[in-house]
Amino acid sequence: MSNSRRDFMGMALGGFTALGGIGALYAMKKSWDPLPSVKAAGFTTVDLAGAEENKLVVEKWRGKPIFVLKKPKDAKPNDRDVIIGDDRFHVSIGLCTHLGCIPAYDGAIQKFMCACHGGEFDTAGINLPGLPPPTPLEIPPFKIDGTKLVLGEAGPEYQKMLAAGIVA
Amino acid sequence: MARIENAKSIGEWLDQRIAIETLKKVMQTEYWIPKNINFLWAMGMVLAATFGILLVSGIFLLMYYNPSVDLAFDSVNYTIMTEVGYGWLWRHVHGVGASLVFLIIYIHMFTGIYYGSYKKGRELIWLSGMLLFVLFSAEAFSGYMLPWGQMSYWAGMVITNLFSGGSLEAYGLVEWIRGDYVPGQAFLTRFFMLHVLLMPLAIIGGIVFHFGTLRIPHVNNQDSEDFDYAEAAALYKAGKVKESKVIPFSPVFLSKDVFVMGVYFILFFFLVFYKFDFAMDPVNFDPANGLSTPAHIYPEWYFLWSYEILRPFSKDMGLIAFAIAQVIFFTLPFLDRSPNVAPANKRGFLFHMWFWLLLIDVLVLTFMGKLPPTDATFAMIGMVAAYSFFALWILLPIITLIEKKIKE
Amino acid sequence: MNKELKIFAVVAAFTLALYYGVEPYAHSQMHHHVEGQGLVYDGTADIEEASKEKEEAKKAFWGEVKTIAALKGDVAKGEAAFATCAGCHNDAAGDMGGVIPPALDHAGSLYDRNYLIALIKDPAMAMNTDHKFADTSMHPMGAIKSMMTDNQQIADVVAYLKAKKNGDVSPRDAYVESCGRCHANRYDKWTQVGFIPKTKSNIKTGQDIDNLKFQQEVAVQQGKIADYMGKLPPDLSMISRARSHHFLETFIENPQSQLHGTAMPRVGLSENGMHKVMEYLEFTGDPSKPAREAAGPWVIGFFILFTILAYLWKQSLWRDLH
Repeated sequence: MSNSRRDFMGMALGGFTALGGIGALYAMKKSWDPLPSVKAAGFTTVDLAGAEENKLVVEKWRGKPIFVLKKPKDAKPNDRDVIIGDDRFHVSIGLCTHLGCIPAYDGAIQKFMCACHGGEFDTAGINLPGLPPPTPLEIPPFKIDGTKLVLGEAGPEYQKMLAAGIVA
Repeated sequence: MARIENAKSIGEWLDQRIAIETLKKVMQTEYWIPKNINFLWAMGMVLAATFGILLVSGIFLLMYYNPSVDLAFDSVNYTIMTEVGYGWLWRHVHGVGASLVFLIIYIHMFTGIYYGSYKKGRELIWLSGMLLFVLFSAEAFSGYMLPWGQMSYWAGMVITNLFSGGSLEAYGLVEWIRGDYVPGQAFLTRFFMLHVLLMPLAIIGGIVFHFGTLRIPHVNNQDSEDFDYAEAAALYKAGKVKESKVIPFSPVFLSKDVFVMGVYFILFFFLVFYKFDFAMDPVNFDPANGLSTPAHIYPEWYFLWSYEILRPFSKDMGLIAFAIAQVIFFTLPFLDRSPNVAPANKRGFLFHMWFWLLLIDVLVLTFMGKLPPTDATFAMIGMVAAYSFFALWILLPIITLIEKKIKE
Repeated sequence: MNKELKIFAVVAAFTLALYYGVEPYAHSQMHHHVEGQGLVYDGTADIEEASKEKEEAKKAFWGEVKTIAALKGDVAKGEAAFATCAGCHNDAAGDMGGVIPPALDHAGSLYDRNYLIALIKDPAMAMNTDHKFADTSMHPMGAIKSMMTDNQQIADVVAYLKAKKNGDVSPRDAYVESCGRCHANRYDKWTQVGFIPKTKSNIKTGQDIDNLKFQQEVAVQQGKIADYMGKLPPDLSMISRARSHHFLETFIENPQSQLHGTAMPRVGLSENGMHKVMEYLEFTGDPSKPAREAAGPWVIGFFILFTILAYLWKQSLWRDLH
C-alpha cells in the first residue's frame, strides 16, 4: 500500500470532515443570532394624534429613549422635522451625542439641556455651537402611518433625510 | 534555558519550546496499541466523541436555558425548540447523546469484563472507569431535572426521597439535599450548578485520570495476551509491521476508531432526527406539577436495572440492596480470585456462563424496572432477577477460586 | 473480519432486545390500546361503556339522533332558527356557567353532522359527560333541550350549519373554535378569553396596566372554568409531544375511553376538523418537525459518505499489517 494512497485517503477524509465542521459552525452561528421575538420587538408604534404642543414625550425603542416633541408653532421649520398634517414634530434618539446622557427639555426656552456637561440642542435637535456635543441628536429610522409613527422602519421621509445626510 | 537556533519550520519552532515532537511520539506515533483488537476497542474514543458532542450541544442550550421553575420548561420547549436557530438540533442531539453515552458505557464495561481488562495491573483502569460511570450517572440525573417537566419533578422527588434511609427517617437530610421541603427553585438551581459546572469538571478530571491509568499496563487485546511491548515496538519501527504485535495510536489505531465512529454517527443522527422518544420521554413534555403525579414514573432506561433492585425487597432491605448494587461493580477486580487473564470463553465453563448470565440478568432487571410492579408476573420475574444478581456476585469469588489455571 | 461481524451481530442483537423491552413492549403494557370509532358518532362506545342504569337511556337517545338524521333539513328555515343559537354563540359572549360559548363560524366544516344533531338534542348526552349531571338540563347548554324541541327544526339548523357555516377553516381557527374556550395555548399566545393583545408599558413606572388587566380577565375566567370542570383544562402547547397521535385522536373522539370519568366533553370533530386541530397542535408542539425532517437526510447522508471514506482510509493503513 503506497504512502501516497494512504495520504490521499487521509486528506480526502480530512477535507470531507472539514466540510461537516463548516456545516456545524453554520448551525452554531445561527444559534447565536438574535431571536425572532427580539427582532420583532424592534418596532415601536407611537400615536401622535393627541400630542400636546411643546410638551416632550419619551418613548422606548430598542432599549433607547426616543424624544417626540410637537414643535411649537413659532419654532423655525427644519428639514429634520417630521411633518404630519399641519404639525411639525421633532423625533430623535434621546441620548446626548457627547457621552450618552439623556438631556432634559426646557419648554420655556425651547431647548434640550444636558445636565452632564452642559450640552444644548434646539427644537430640531441640532447641537448649539461651542458646547461638548459634536453632532445633532440622531434621528431613528421611522415611517409615517396616518397619525402614527412606526419606529424601526425606514419610510420614504426618513430615506430622504438619510440621503441628505441630516439624520445625525 | 535550551539552546535556541533559527527554526526552519513552525514544527521545529514549537519543538524547541514545548518539545512537540516528543509529545507527538509519546501520545500518538509511538503510543503502542495491540494489533489484535476488534471494533469494541473503539468504544473509548466513541465515548470521548459523544462527551464532546454533549459538551458542545450543552453550550448552545446553556445560552438560552433559564433555571427558574416558572421559566425553565418554556425556555427549553419554546425558546430553544422554536425560536433559536437550530435550537431543536442541539436539544435533540443533547437528549439522544445523553442516552447513547450510556449504551456505549455499558458495551465498554462489559467488554472489559469479558476480556479481563480489570485484572493484574489494570485494576485502576477499571476503578477509574467505574468512577466515570458514577460521575456520568450524576450528570445525567442532574441534567434530567433541568427541563422541569413532570418526569423531572417526580424523578427528583422519588430519588431524593431515597435518602431518607427507610426506617432511619432522615427527612431532614432529604430537605437539606433539596434545599426545600419539595423539589423547587433551590433544588433546580443547585442541580443546574452540578450539571453545568461541577460534574463536567469532575468528568474531565476523571477522563484524564482514566487515560493516565492506561499507560503503564497498556490497552488489552482479544487474547488478553501479555507480551513484550518494547520488542513489538522495535519490530514495528524497524518496518516489520506484519510481525509486530503493536500498532501506533496515530494514525493506525485512530483510523479504525474513526471508521467505527462513522458507523456510530449514522445510527446517532438517525435517532436524533427520526426516533428519539426513548431519550425524550413524552411524560416530560407535561410541565412539572407538584399536585399531580403521572400514572407511570420511571427513570431513564440506563438506571432501570438498579431501580428494579429496590423494588422486590422490603423498604430497608431494598435500600441496602440498592446501595450494594451501586458499588458492587467496583469490587470486580478483587472478587475475581482467578489468576487467569483471558477472554471469558477461554476461562472455563463457569466464568463464561457467569458473564452471559450477568448480562442477561441486568437486561431482565432493566425491563422489569420499567414495567408496572403491580402485575404479579412482572413482580415475580423482577424478584428472581434481583436475587439472581446478588447470587451471581456472591458466586463470583467461589467460581474464580476453583477456576483451572490456564497453561501458558 | 468474520469474527468482528459476529461480535457486532451479538452487540446489535442485545441492543435491539434492550430497545424492544424498554420501549415498544413496556409502553404496550403501560397503556392499554383503545380502538377508535373512526369518527363515527352513533353512540356505540357510549352504550358499550354505559352502566346498567344508563344503558337504556343512551340507547334511546342515540336512536332518536338516528331518526333526526334521516330527516331532510331546510337551510332557509334553519337560518331563521339559528337566531336561537346566536343568542349565546356570538362575539360578545361572556361566561355562561363556567364556559364562554364557542364561536360557530365554521361549525359546519369542523363538526360531524350526527354529532351536531345529538348536541342540540341533548348536549350532555352527546358530549358523553352526562355522568356529571343528575339532570342534563343543568349543563351550561342544557337549556337548548327545552328551547329547541322539534326534531325537524334541529335537522334544519344542522343543515344550515353544514351549508353556510362550512367555509375553509385554518388550523388556528379550528383550535380556537373547538378547543380554545377551555384550553389555552400559550406558545401561540392564546388564552381562554382571546389572544394576548399587544400592549405597552408606562415608560415612567415600567408597569403595563393593559396587560395586567388582560391577565386578570384570563385568571377570572380560568377560575370559573376550573370550578365548573373540577380542574383547569391543561394548556395544550406541548400536548402533541406529550401524548401520541393515536391517544389524542381517540381522546378527542371519546374522552371517556381514555380517561374514564373525565369532565372533558366529546368534541365531535369531523375528519376535516380533526385534521385541522391536529395540524395546529403539531404547529405549537413540534414546529421544528419540517426543518428536522428536511435536514435529516443530509446529515445522515454526510455520515454515510464519511464512513465510506473512513473505511477506505482505515483499509489503506491496515492492509499491510496482517
